[in-house]
Amino acid sequence: MAHALLKIEGINKRFGGLHALNNVALTINKGEIYGLIGPNGAGKTTLFNVLTGLYQPDEGSFTFDGQDLFRAKPHIVVETGIARTFQNIRLFAEMTALENVMVGRHIRSKANALGAILRDKKTMAEEKAIEAKAWELLAYVGITDVAYERARNLSYGHQRRLEIARALATEPKLLALDEPAAGMNPSETEDLKALMEKIRHDGVTVLLIEHDVKLMMGLCDRIAVLDYGKKIAEGVPDVVRKDPKVIEAYLGAAHA
Amino acid sequence: MTMALEINKLDSNKKVGLFLVSAIVLAVLPFLIGGLLGNSWLRIVDFALLYVMLALGLNIVVGFAGLLDLGFIAFYAVGAYTFALLGSPHFDIHLPFYITIPLGALVAAFFGILLGTPVLRLKGDYLAIVTLGFGEIVRIFMNNLNAPVNITNGPQGVNLIDPVKIAGLSFGKPLEIAGHTFNSVYLYYYFFLALTVLVVIMTWRLQHSRIGRAWVAMREDAIAAAAMGLNIRNIKLLAFALGALSGGVAGGLFASFQGFISPESFGLLESVMILAMIVLGGMGHIPGVILGAVVLTVAPEVLRDVIGPLQMKTFGRMLIDPENARMLIFGLALVVMMLLRPEGMWPSKRRKAEFDDAKKG
Ligand SMILES: Nc1ncnc2c1ncn2[C@@H]1O[C@H](COP(=O)(O)OP(=O)(O)OP(=O)(O)O)[C@@H](O)[C@H]1O
Ligand SMILES: [Mg+2]
Repeated sequence: MAHALLKIEGINKRFGGLHALNNVALTINKGEIYGLIGPNGAGKTTLFNVLTGLYQPDEGSFTFDGQDLFRAKPHIVVETGIARTFQNIRLFAEMTALENVMVGRHIRSKANALGAILRDKKTMAEEKAIEAKAWELLAYVGITDVAYERARNLSYGHQRRLEIARALATEPKLLALDEPAAGMNPSETEDLKALMEKIRHDGVTVLLIEHDVKLMMGLCDRIAVLDYGKKIAEGVPDVVRKDPKVIEAYLGAAHA
Repeated sequence: MTMALEINKLDSNKKVGLFLVSAIVLAVLPFLIGGLLGNSWLRIVDFALLYVMLALGLNIVVGFAGLLDLGFIAFYAVGAYTFALLGSPHFDIHLPFYITIPLGALVAAFFGILLGTPVLRLKGDYLAIVTLGFGEIVRIFMNNLNAPVNITNGPQGVNLIDPVKIAGLSFGKPLEIAGHTFNSVYLYYYFFLALTVLVVIMTWRLQHSRIGRAWVAMREDAIAAAAMGLNIRNIKLLAFALGALSGGVAGGLFASFQGFISPESFGLLESVMILAMIVLGGMGHIPGVILGAVVLTVAPEVLRDVIGPLQMKTFGRMLIDPENARMLIFGLALVVMMLLRPEGMWPSKRRKAEFDDAKKG
């Protein structure tokens, strides 16, 4: 029996009359790459926002690594071990790539205002460690050469990688990636796939939203399909792709 | 970060040189100004130092954390009143400055949190309006807390506030050294300078720390910052508290320097002026903010001295009331400056780049 890292049940989220998440339940096991697919507007990003504390779910339950995270604040969620990237890249645009990753270390460091002002030994050592870790992560995702560039000036692919490095800086147990391959060419996508496998290999569980079905089939251990806020299928890729409800959802969406 | 790199790039000889030159200039400045222009000008320089402290405090809130605050003068008022009430004949309490100034700073920081807590969810114009209201409320309290129990002495203000005394030396009286008399503005100059240097070091170190990075991140994208684990509430409150702290120190110094305070000194226009110093100097950039504060304190005084005599010389009579002309020219200069250099006189590299990007669209 695989060890459950994240477990949600009966999650509902409504925006006025729109039922964006309808009784969603899912379990993500430690060490897997878990895919989330579904047509546009299915509620995938909304689910991410609920899982990271940016949205408050209306009902349901949410536990992660044995802790109750139902309606927890975003910084608590991160501290417990979930980090994310955004579908529409949200870097700190005027900060350098290095500084962006250093911000990701915030939650794992302690220096307070007094330490910052007095610059005691502990604070200085911590600051050094923050910078060293940031360099390490830039190297990990392969973008050390742009460390001193402002984030807004990076190429699209580099920005995506920087977002991943920044998220990894929080030392997550679960890394949630919202369409990391969007807008990438096939060779960039291939590199990204390798990066995700490396991340998983290094012990981080991955939750992945992607539209690129081929990529998802090759990468994910399990996939869940959302449609109109409901989970309509879940399982290993080969079974999910043949599920009539899934085919219907995609064809239906394509016809609409 | 970038700033740190800039300075580190200078080789250490140049750094030491720069430091020595500034130290010497700042050390002899009062004798140059006091000797050549007179004590009233040195007094203006002293005020400039107070405004540098205020502007650096507000810069933490507005420049670093990106929270628009139009009521900042309230913290100056809180610091000033704390000093005045605990060091004047009003209650006949005469605590020494080394208690009243830190205490005033702490009380101001407490007020900073008091203001910060209800406005956590607000930003931009809404935040500006609430902070403006807060500034006015504090002033109105100072104005009216004279009945039924007389705490602040109302509109009359507090008089005969104790001057700073260090080791028996009272800053209130002129100092006699070898037959030369030095007005108290000399002593206050060095005292203010020392504290200003402390505030500069404090804000500079904060900026280049984990806390400073968190402020920038929050200013750039609060949602992404929260999703990266930053506790937005604490980071905001810390900015309000630390900004208020500097304002409170400046307030205490102001009270002892003037010897008299009243609610009139803490109006909205003062808050706006301090904000203008930051914007005009270069928001978020400590050297720029210092420059902004000095220029905006000194320029109106220079205009005051120049406009009257200039009119007499050119027209043989006063065409425009010098007081009006002074503010007119000052206001116009601000408008022109902001149109030509919206990023400020001396912006940080980052901010300059932001404006360049905005221009490119
Ligand atoms: N803050 C919000 N307020 C109102 N409606 C929202 C909000 N966020 C999302 N929605 C709506 O919820 C539904 C689900 O949106 P969501 O962004 O989760 O879809 P998605 O599956 O991520 O789609 P895509 O593949 O296009 O990214 C959409 O109809 C969207 O308009
Ligand atoms: Mg989405």
